[in-house]
Amino acid sequence: MYPANVAYHRASSVAEAVELLAENEDSKLLAGGHSLIPLMRLRLASPASLIDVGRIAEIQGISVCGDCVCVGALTTHSTLASSCDLQSACPIVPEAAALIGDPAVRNRGTIGGNLAHADPASDLPTVAVALGATIKATGPNGKRSICAGDFFQDLMTTALDDGEVMTAVCLPAIQAGQGMAYAKMLHPASRYAVVSAAAVVTVEDGRCAAASVAVGGVETAPAKASSVEAALTGNALDAGVIACASAAVADDLAGDAIDDVFASGEYRRAMAEVYVRRALTSAAERAG
Amino acid sequence: MTTRIFSSGIRRREDPRLITGKAAYTDDVTLPGMAYAAILRSPHAHARINSIDTSAAAGMDGVLAVFTGDDINAEFNPVPCAWLVPNSDLKTPAHPPIASGVVRYQGDAVAVVVAECRYAAEDALELIDVDYEPLPVVIEPDKAMCDDAPQLHEDAPNNQAFHWVMTGGDVDAAFDDADVVVGERILHQRLIPNAMEPRSAVAQFTQATGELTLWSATQNPHIARFLTHVVTNLPEHKIRVIAPEVGGGFGSKIPYYADEVIAIFCAIKTGRPVKWTATRSEGYQSTIHGRDHVEDVELAADSDGNITGIRAKVWAGMGAYLSTAAPGIPTILHGLMYSGAYDIPNVKADVYGVFNNAVPVDAYRGAGRPEATFLVERLVDKLANELDVDPADVRRKNFIPAFEDGHDVATGLTYDSGDFAMSLDMATEKIGYQELREEQKRLRAEGKYIGIGITTYSEICGLGPSQVAGAVGFQGGLWEGAIVRFHPSGKVNVAIGSSPHGQGEETTFAQIISHELGVDVDDVNIMHGDTSQTPMGWGTYGSRTTAVSGAAVAIAARKIKDKATQIAAHLLEAAVEDIDYENGNFFVKGSPDQAKTIQDIALMANVAWDMPEGVEPGLEASTFYDPPNFTYPFGTHIAVVELDKDTGRIDVNRYLACDDCGPQINPMIVEGQIHGGVVQGIGPVLCEGAVYDEDGQLLTGSMLDYALPRADMFPEIETSSSVTPSPHHPLGVKGVGETGTIASTITVYNAVMDALKPFGVEKLDMPLTPEKVWRAIHANGKEN
Repeated sequence: MYPANVAYHRASSVAEAVELLAENEDSKLLAGGHSLIPLMRLRLASPASLIDVGRIAEIQGISVCGDCVCVGALTTHSTLASSCDLQSACPIVPEAAALIGDPAVRNRGTIGGNLAHADPASDLPTVAVALGATIKATGPNGKRSICAGDFFQDLMTTALDDGEVMTAVCLPAIQAGQGMAYAKMLHPASRYAVVSAAAVVTVEDGRCAAASVAVGGVETAPAKASSVEAALTGNALDAGVIACASAAVADDLAGDAIDDVFASGEYRRAMAEVYVRRALTSAAERAG
Repeated sequence: MTTRIFSSGIRRREDPRLITGKAAYTDDVTLPGMAYAAILRSPHAHARINSIDTSAAAGMDGVLAVFTGDDINAEFNPVPCAWLVPNSDLKTPAHPPIASGVVRYQGDAVAVVVAECRYAAEDALELIDVDYEPLPVVIEPDKAMCDDAPQLHEDAPNNQAFHWVMTGGDVDAAFDDADVVVGERILHQRLIPNAMEPRSAVAQFTQATGELTLWSATQNPHIARFLTHVVTNLPEHKIRVIAPEVGGGFGSKIPYYADEVIAIFCAIKTGRPVKWTATRSEGYQSTIHGRDHVEDVELAADSDGNITGIRAKVWAGMGAYLSTAAPGIPTILHGLMYSGAYDIPNVKADVYGVFNNAVPVDAYRGAGRPEATFLVERLVDKLANELDVDPADVRRKNFIPAFEDGHDVATGLTYDSGDFAMSLDMATEKIGYQELREEQKRLRAEGKYIGIGITTYSEICGLGPSQVAGAVGFQGGLWEGAIVRFHPSGKVNVAIGSSPHGQGEETTFAQIISHELGVDVDDVNIMHGDTSQTPMGWGTYGSRTTAVSGAAVAIAARKIKDKATQIAAHLLEAAVEDIDYENGNFFVKGSPDQAKTIQDIALMANVAWDMPEGVEPGLEASTFYDPPNFTYPFGTHIAVVELDKDTGRIDVNRYLACDDCGPQINPMIVEGQIHGGVVQGIGPVLCEGAVYDEDGQLLTGSMLDYALPRADMFPEIETSSSVTPSPHHPLGVKGVGETGTIASTITVYNAVMDALKPFGVEKLDMPLTPEKVWRAIHANGKEN
C-alpha cells in the first residue's frame, strides 16, 4: 500500500488539464481517486505523473435543460444519489448511484472517473448505455460527443483518447409514460455488480412503445439487450411478456462471460435473465 | 440505596477513545531515529531459492540495510511451536524467521529492507533479485497426505505433522450395533482473520544496557516476551513487551510471528528503532488463517433416536509451518468437545495435522470448537432427518440431564454445570418454534422456502488448569496474576497479566472491584499490556480473560477486604469477628453509623500511623489464580433463513441466541460479544472463505474478493440468557467471547439445509454462495 514516486499537477481548468496531459508523458487524470489510487497503492499502476482535475469547478454539478440533464464529470456518486433534480428528471441514476460501494466511496468517487475507468462490474456504465447517454470530452483538437453505446469498448477500455478530458455526461430526461429501473446483484466483498440490469420502458396506450435494456457484469463492457427490447415492443408489459422477453437476453450475451472465484460465466448469464426481469418489472410498474 | 454495579450494563469506558481515534496503537509509536522495515515475501507457494541478489537494494538512497535468511538464521533460533500435543508423533520442522533455501507458502519472508522511510523500503524491495525454482504445490489437507503429494519438510514424511487419537467408550462396538448410522464429509474452508488493526511491531534495542523493548500488536505480551527470549537468546529480564492499544485479534494475535523477530533483528543490527506494520494484503499472506479442516464424520444411534456414538477422521491443514498453538486447536480444543450437549457414551477423534503450502493456521475465534459443534450438530440434524423426527425432539432425547456441580463426558472432560433442555425450551418458546414450523409448511405450499436451524451447544473455555495445560503439551501455564493497589486517596489501580484488546475488561474488571469493595467504578483503573507494569499472565484468548483473570481480580479484592477488616477492627476497637461489611463500609455489628469506609482504611494503611500489631502498611494484594477446571458455557441458537429460488441467495430473516455464561458482570458487553461472535460465525456459511488456486496463489488476496460479513446481511439479532453459575468460579462466571462463533456457523448451515430439503439437497460445502445454492437446487431437479 505504498505507491511509487509520482509527480503531481493540479489543473484549475479543463484547458489546463488538456495541456498538462499533453506535456506530461505517462500521466493519469486523478478525479475521486477511487479506482486509480488503489491500483497505485498495490503498484499495479505506477504513472509518472498525476493530473488532478478534482477542483475544476466548470465540470461539477447537475443542470436540467428541457429534455436534457447535464451532469458534470466530477459530480460525486453521493451527489447523484441525493439530487432532487435527478430524482425527478432521471431517477435511475440516483437509484444506481446509491448502490455504489459505501458512503465513503460515494463521497469521493465521481461519475466521470467511474465511466472513464470502465470497469465491467461498475454500475453507471450499464445505466449510461440503457439511457443512451452522451459523453462529452475535450481534447487538443477541441470538443466532441460520444454516445454511451460506442464509449465502452472493452475491459477498462473506452473511446476516450489519451489526451482527452471527460467533461460531462448528458442524460435524456424521463418522458411521460416512461419508467426506469436498475437491479443489481451485489458482490458481497467488493459491492460491485456481479450482474446488473438497467431498463427504460415507454408505455403508450397500455403497450410498450419503446424499451432500452442494458446488462452489466457479464461481459467485458455493458451489453445492450436488443433481443429483449424487440420482444417487449408492441406488447402489454405483463408478467408473462416480461418473463419471455427477459429469457431472450441469452441471445444478447453471445461473448465470453466474466468468470471468477465468486460467480462463473454460466451463472452470470443465468442471472442476467433474472435481473433483467426484475429491472423490467420495476420499470413497467413505474411507467404506470 | 446503592446502584447495583455487578450485572449492570454500564457503558464501556474504552469506547470514547476508540471511536474518536484517540487510542494509540503500535503503529502510532514513533521513536527518535526510527527506521522502517519492509519484508519481501515469496510470490511462489513452494520454490527453491537458487540465489538472492540484494546489492542494488542495499545501494539505494535511504536504505540502511538488507538482510536475508542467511543473516538472521545464523544468529536467531527458529520461531517455535509452543503446543506440543503429546502421544501424537508430533514433528516440528524448523521455522526460520526468514526462509533459507526453500519458500513454502506464498507470503513466506525472503528478505527485509530497513530504510529511512517505508516508501524507500518498498522501492528497495523491487530491486531485490531472487532466482526461484518453483516446486510442486499441495493445498488441500487430505490430498497432502496422499502418496504422491509434494513434500514440504524432509523431517515430516507424508506431510504429517501429527496424528492424535482420542477415544472414549467403545466406539467401534457402538457402530457395529447401531440401527442407524449417518455420516458426511465436512469441509471447513480457510478463514482469514480481519482484525481492524493490522499486525505491527516496533523494536528498540539499547546497546548500552542490553535492553530490548518490543511494542507489538499481541494478545499475550508475557508469552511474547518469553518467546522473544527463546528466539533471540536475550535474557528475559532485559526484555519488555508492550501491547499498546490492540485493535482486535480474534486469535490472530496470539501467535509469535517471524515478523516481530525480523523487526528485533533489524533493530539490533542497525542500532536504530525499527517499525514494521503489515499492509492489509500483506496480512492476508502472513497472518495466520483459521479452520482448514476436511472431516469424515459419523454418528450411530438406535432406532429410537438415542445416540450411541460419534466418530470423526479429520485432516487439519497446518499450513507450511506449525504456528505457536496450532497443534492444540484441532486436537485438545476440538476432539475433546465431540460430546457436545449430549450423553454420548462412545466417541472417537482421529486427527491428522497436515503440512500444506499455505499460510500457517492457528486459533481463530472459537478455535476448534466451532468445528466440533458443527459436526455434532450437523450429525444430530441428519439423524433427525433419517428418522423423520423433529430436530428439536432428537436433541431433547439425548441431552445430558441438568447438573450443577460436574458431569463427566466420554471424551474425559468434566463439564462444570449445565441445563441443556431448559436452554432449548427457552429458545424454542421465545422464537415460537412450532408456529415457525407451521409457517414453513404453509410457505412451501406457496413455493417459498424458509429453513429453521437449531443448535444446542456446550463449549469449553476459561482456559484453564495449568496442570492440564502441561498434560496436554501446552508449553506454558494458564493461570493469571492480578495486583490490586489502593492509593492513599482511596483510588485503585489493578494490574492484570491478561491483555484485553476490545473485550471491555477495563470496564468489567472495574465493576468487579466496585462490587467486591464498594468503591466507585470510576475510582478504579485497570492496567494491562506492559510486561514491566503487570504481573505474569498468559494472555487474552479462549474466552478466558473474565473467567481466569477476572477471578484473580476478585480474589485479590477479597484479600484486600480481609486486611481492611483487620484494620477496621483495630480502628473501631473491636474484634475482627465483630466487624460487618456492607457497600464499602466496615462497622461493628449493629452500629453501621460508626463505619470506616474503605477509603478511610486505604488512607490509614498508606500512612500507617495506627496499624494493628503485626499488620504491614499498605493496602495492596496480589493473586495468582489457577482455575481448578475449565468453564463450560452453553446455550441454544435458532436461525430462520429464506431462499431466493431465482438466484440461490440466502437471507437470514431471524437469529436468536440464548446463551448461558453464568452471572453477567455487564449484560451490554455480553450482548455485544454475542452479536460480534454470531456475525463472525455466519460469514463463513454465506460468503467468507480463502481460496487458493492449484499453484498456491491466494485468489482472495484482498477485501475486494474476500467477503467478510457486513451489517446489512443481518436482521436484528435477538438475545436472551439463562444463568447457571459455574460451581468452581469465585464469581460463577464462565466466559462468552466465542460462544456466538461456536454456535452460529452450524445454526445457519442447518437452517439452509432445512430450507433446501424440498429440493433433495443434503450437503453443500461452505461458503453457501448464491451460485452454489442455485446449482444445487437445479441439479437435483424439481422440488419433491
